[in-house]
Amino acid sequence: MTLPDGWEMVVGLEVHTELKTNTKMFCGCANAFGAAPNTNVCPICLGLPGSLPVLNVRAVELAMAIGTALHSTISPSTFHRKNYFYPDMPKDFQISQYDLPINAGGYLDLPDGSRVSIERAHLEEDTGKSTHLGGSGRIHGADRSLVDYNRSGVPLVEIVSGPDIRSAAQARAYVAELRGILIATAASDGRMEEGSMRIDANVSVRKSGEPLGTRCEIKNLNSLRSLQRAIDFEAQRQIDLLDEGGKIRQETRHWDENLGTTSTMRVKEEADDYRYFREPDLVDLIPDQAWQDRVRDALGPMPAERRALLSARLQSPTDALLGAVEVVIDLGLDGYVNGAIDAKVAPELAIARAANELAAGIDTLDNLTLASFVTTLSMEQSGDLSATQAKTVLLELLAKSGDPRDIAATRGFERLASGAVGDIVATLIEANPDEWSRYREGDEKLAQFFIGQVMARTKGQANGKEVIAELQARR
Amino acid sequence: MSSPLRREDVAYVAKLARLTLSEAQLDLFTEQLGQVLEHANDMNALDLDDVVPTAHPFGLVNVVRDDEVRPSLDHDKVMAMAPDAQDGRFAVPRILGEAP
Repeated sequence: MTLPDGWEMVVGLEVHTELKTNTKMFCGCANAFGAAPNTNVCPICLGLPGSLPVLNVRAVELAMAIGTALHSTISPSTFHRKNYFYPDMPKDFQISQYDLPINAGGYLDLPDGSRVSIERAHLEEDTGKSTHLGGSGRIHGADRSLVDYNRSGVPLVEIVSGPDIRSAAQARAYVAELRGILIATAASDGRMEEGSMRIDANVSVRKSGEPLGTRCEIKNLNSLRSLQRAIDFEAQRQIDLLDEGGKIRQETRHWDENLGTTSTMRVKEEADDYRYFREPDLVDLIPDQAWQDRVRDALGPMPAERRALLSARLQSPTDALLGAVEVVIDLGLDGYVNGAIDAKVAPELAIARAANELAAGIDTLDNLTLASFVTTLSMEQSGDLSATQAKTVLLELLAKSGDPRDIAATRGFERLASGAVGDIVATLIEANPDEWSRYREGDEKLAQFFIGQVMARTKGQANGKEVIAELQARR
Repeated sequence: MSSPLRREDVAYVAKLARLTLSEAQLDLFTEQLGQVLEHANDMNALDLDDVVPTAHPFGLVNVVRDDEVRPSLDHDKVMAMAPDAQDGRFAVPRILGEAP
């Protein structure tokens, strides 16, 4: 979407990511999505009197890994209590880093070459999950609410960008790239649909060159599509309002996915006062250089580097191929692709099979060894398997593992003798005189009929192009 | 010397903490909390440029635990603590506003 002439949007994003730890931030309860309600709870995450929090070392290291990947300065940090009264927070405060976050500053470079600054990436704990009964399932109109504290105390990192984003598409690209980094650092599984990443967008508009306008915050966007649509809608809403002589009110807004609109959730009449004060039960967190170095050394390459490495191996990178590279990077399939290319498989073939067949079988990827992937593609490349057969072998490997040569043999996938396709085509022409004459008269659709017949007789071994060539030769 | 704290400041903090104070209590706490702030002002009068800020009386940093799962509480015992429950979850009255 483009804004009316002379207008510019200014967007900053707050991305909350749940950390993929075994346990919660301050207690040993399991950090697990989808458990029966209130089964992963203890005195600490229920806020019972006298309980004392102890920081999870893995949460700290994942936060440091995120900061390192975002070029942040890992800094001496502290924890505060953010006080507010709400049933999803049984302690009546949330423990969060405040004025001294573990990661200060930084930046993220996007694939289009733009750079978005990072203000901070700090640790905090998640809240419980409320379900509102009655009404529309939202708070307004609900009769009462039910609370599950399994999520209470799950470690989060909140990554706050600078107000550097100028379009909804750029916001989307930022979150997509950030998601790749969170997966690459093992901090997150990146499952936005399970709420493991939640985004708040601060949106304002201005005439180009003018000072920043009043911003509105859209809460809890949980997909790339919602993010993009919500930002576009909100910027246009603000421009329309200003064009009519209205004023923007600083407020928190809710995105309605079905209506495609934002609406007022809460007006900020004064700066929210959470009576932040130091959490007296936690001491300072001051990672020394040795600890920072260990975290840095354990980090693998980030998506930007992997994308560049793989793209550099392509002879002629078309848009379609680069799109497939993006799928490969996003799903972490570049190990397979690079391994295949190292074994002399054509990069285009390796990328296509990974971005299609492996992507489709991503849930059972553990069944597929690199060696089987390479063998299957080498067999396809040498002509021992047709494309259709190679795909079938890959699907079976993904479904239940095995040896690609055994699978090919069991299924009767044998290389056709030279001239076999021509012989089969000749037989088919004789057996199907009507179809053949219609094809000769110019009905090209009949080519598909003959290809299908040849494939049936060769168990998919034949090459469709070769069949057409044989048909053409006899026409 | 006038109190460093105004009565309306105390009323505001009480509101944030969801405390209902009587007029007499407001007067009392304005005076008492004012004395605490006076004491802090006494400290400000000292030359402390060379003193490192003390965040915690213990000289400890980086107190962490391993990321190992420990048993949680029994679900039935947890729910027995709830004044009201439904479907294994804590039931609370209608919430009037969105979370911050």
